[in-house]
Amino acid sequence: MPDSILQTRGLNSYYGDFQALYDVELDVGEGEVLAIIGANGAGKTTLMRSITGLLTNGVDQIHYRGQDISRLRADEVAELGLAMVPEGRQLFPSLSVKENLMIGAQVGRSGPWDLKAVYDLFPILEVRKNQASTSLSGGQQQMVAIGRALMANPDLILFDEISLGLAPIIIKDIYEALPGIIGEGMSAIIVEQDITKALSVSSRVFCLQEGRVSLESASDTVSREEISRAYFGIE
Amino acid sequence: MEWLNPIVQGTLLGGLYALFAAGLSLIFGVMRLVNIAHGDLIVLAAYLGLTVTTATGMHPMAALVIVVPAMALIGYALQRGLLNQTLGDDILPPLLVTFGVSVIIQNGLLEVYTADPQTLNAGALETASVAVGGVTLGILPLLTFGIAIAVIWGLQWTFYHTSLGRAFRAVSDNQDIAQLMGLNRRHIFGLAMALALGVTAVAGILLGIRTSFDPSIGGGRLIFGFEAVIIGGLGNLWGTLIGGVILGVAQTIGAKIDPGWQVLAGHIAFLVILAVRPNGLFPRVSG
Repeated sequence: MPDSILQTRGLNSYYGDFQALYDVELDVGEGEVLAIIGANGAGKTTLMRSITGLLTNGVDQIHYRGQDISRLRADEVAELGLAMVPEGRQLFPSLSVKENLMIGAQVGRSGPWDLKAVYDLFPILEVRKNQASTSLSGGQQQMVAIGRALMANPDLILFDEISLGLAPIIIKDIYEALPGIIGEGMSAIIVEQDITKALSVSSRVFCLQEGRVSLESASDTVSREEISRAYFGIE
Repeated sequence: MEWLNPIVQGTLLGGLYALFAAGLSLIFGVMRLVNIAHGDLIVLAAYLGLTVTTATGMHPMAALVIVVPAMALIGYALQRGLLNQTLGDDILPPLLVTFGVSVIIQNGLLEVYTADPQTLNAGALETASVAVGGVTLGILPLLTFGIAIAVIWGLQWTFYHTSLGRAFRAVSDNQDIAQLMGLNRRHIFGLAMALALGVTAVAGILLGIRTSFDPSIGGGRLIFGFEAVIIGGLGNLWGTLIGGVILGVAQTIGAKIDPGWQVLAGHIAFLVILAVRPNGLFPRVSG
C-alpha cells in the first residue's frame, strides 16, 4: 500500500449526546481513491464532517500526513489541502458562478487548478460564469461545486453523495470526468449510494453500518454478497 | 415652495439617518446580529471625536482620520472578544449581550464625560449655507448627504467587487461551507464589525457637529437607524438610504405642521410602511 495521506484511529463522533460513529478506522493512500458506501444514516456524512473539521473530534483521532488534525477548525483543515464537494452541492446563492469558484481559491494553495483549468474541464461554466449559481441546473451546480473544491488545489478531495438528486445522464457525465480530476495525483474519498458507480472509480471500498465499519475490501474483488451483508447487516 | 423647503431639508437629514443605519444593516446582513448597542456606539464615536479635537485642536472632520480606525479596532475586538461567543442558532443571546453593552457604554460615558451636553466645534462649517432656487441649503447637511452616498456606494462596491465582500456574502449564505473554503468566520465577522463601526464613526462625528449630544441619546439614534433599515428593506444598502430619506422627510414635514410632531411623524411613516410593505420597500430579492 502507498504511504497514507489520511488516517482515522478510533474515531468517535457525536451530535450532542447522540453517537454517530464508533471506532472508525480508515486510511487513504497517496493518490488512492477510496469509496465509502452505506445506507442512509450509517454515518457517511458525519464521517465527512469529522474529517473536514466541521464536527469537533477527540484528540489524536484523525491524522493528515502525520499531523493530528482532529481538533483543527474547518478553515485550518482546508489550508492543509483537504477540500470537500458537499452533499447537496451547497453553492453560495448570493455569489455568481465565477465567484463561487473564486471563493474556493481563498485558501491560497498553488497548483494546476485555476479558473481557466476549471472552465476547460466544464466549458458550460464559462458561458454561465456571471449567472447566479442558483439559476443553473442540478448537474451544472454540481460542476460548480466540484470546480469550487478543485480551485483549492487540494491533495485530498472528498465527494459527498455526488450523484444524489441528479439525472442518470448527468451522473454518467460526472463519473466520466472524475478520472481526469483525480488523475493529477490527488487522493479522493467518494461517498456514494450507487454502489456500482462507487466501485468503478475506487481502488478500495469501506462500508459503514450504524456508525461502524462493516466492510473493508479491494473494489475489484469484493462480492455482491459481502456488500449486502455489510450494508444491511444480515447474514 | 412652502413645502419644498422641509422636503429638501428632510432629504438631507435622511443622509445622516442612512449613515446611522448602514452599519446596522451590514452587521445584520453578514451575521444576523441585531446590535442594540449600535446607537451608543455612534455616541461613543462622537465622544472620541470630542476627545481628539480638544486634545489636538484638530477640526472634527480631520479627527475622522483617528476616530474611524479607532472605532474599527474597537469593533474587531468587540466582535472577537465578546459577540462571536453569542452567535448561534438562538437569536436571544446577541440581543441580551448587546443590550448589556449598550448599558455599559452609556454609563461609561457618563463616568468619563458627565451628563453635560457637548458639541463638536466645526467652526464656519456649522453655519455655512448656499441658496439654491429659493431654498437655503446648509453646507453641513449637503456634505453629510454626499458622504452618505459615498459611504453606501463604497460599502456596495466592497460587497460586490472585492474578495472581502465575497467572503462576507459567502459567510452570510452558509457558515459551514464558507469555513470549508478556508474562511474563518470569526475573523470575517470581526472584519464586518470593524467596517460597520468605521461607518459608525463617520455617523457619530457628523451627528456631533450637527447637534449637541450626551450619553443618553444613543437609543434614539438606534431607533432611527432601525427604521431606515426596515423601510428600505433588509439587506439592501441603497434601500437603506431611501429609508433614511423617507424618515427624514416625514420628520421635517411633521415638524412643519407642528414642532412637537417631528419625531412622531417619522415613527408614523415607519409604521404605515411596515403595515403596507412588511418586507420594506426594496427587499433584497432572495436568490
